[in-house]
Amino acid sequence: MNQPPTLSHFSAALLFALFASVVFGITQRNTPRDQFRYGVYCFVMFIGGVFVAGWLMWLLRR
Amino acid sequence: MANSSADKKTTTTAPAPPITTMAIVAPAIGWLIPGAGHIIQKRWIRGLLLLVSIVTMFVIGLVINGHVYRPNGGDILDILGFVGDVGAGGLYVISQAMGYGQGAIAHAVADYGTKFMIVAGLLNFISVADAYHIAIGKKP
Repeated sequence: MNQPPTLSHFSAALLFALFASVVFGITQRNTPRDQFRYGVYCFVMFIGGVFVAGWLMWLLRR
Repeated sequence: MANSSADKKTTTTAPAPPITTMAIVAPAIGWLIPGAGHIIQKRWIRGLLLLVSIVTMFVIGLVINGHVYRPNGGDILDILGFVGDVGAGGLYVISQAMGYGQGAIAHAVADYGTKFMIVAGLLNFISVADAYHIAIGKKP
């Protein structure tokens, strides 16, 4: 029986952040330079949010 | 009374955007094929990036056994799931026609897949709105 490919939580978050950031960057800014900068900003915020949420959950668990 | 003239508010309204053929066609084709609304307006790189991002996200969701919502009138989250999925346009139509994404969610990764497909559809809604703004000249 074929098992579906799996993703870790972190790799899923990375892919999600990458694709969402590309779309946000293109659609929310006008010039190519601003689009790139905003895309990078969104990506960093997504990944930063993952780490912050992860540490918060670690603190709550203690 | 000294500031009476300054208190008067000017009620100027922005002129309505022109309704052109492109303003109708670009969002429609952009919904059906993600990024195509940009491509037909010669925004090649933007269109291709949107196409790759949204299609890849939807396909990853399908491959890891995510659930594709059908039209339903039940639970509010199921209705919202359908609204998100249907944003993917042609991808949603194909997945329904082929019977993909109808299995039960058996593991956590499959639930990630469900969310990937919903978000791909929602991102395509944003992409469609952007294609419309380009068509009416609101965005370069």
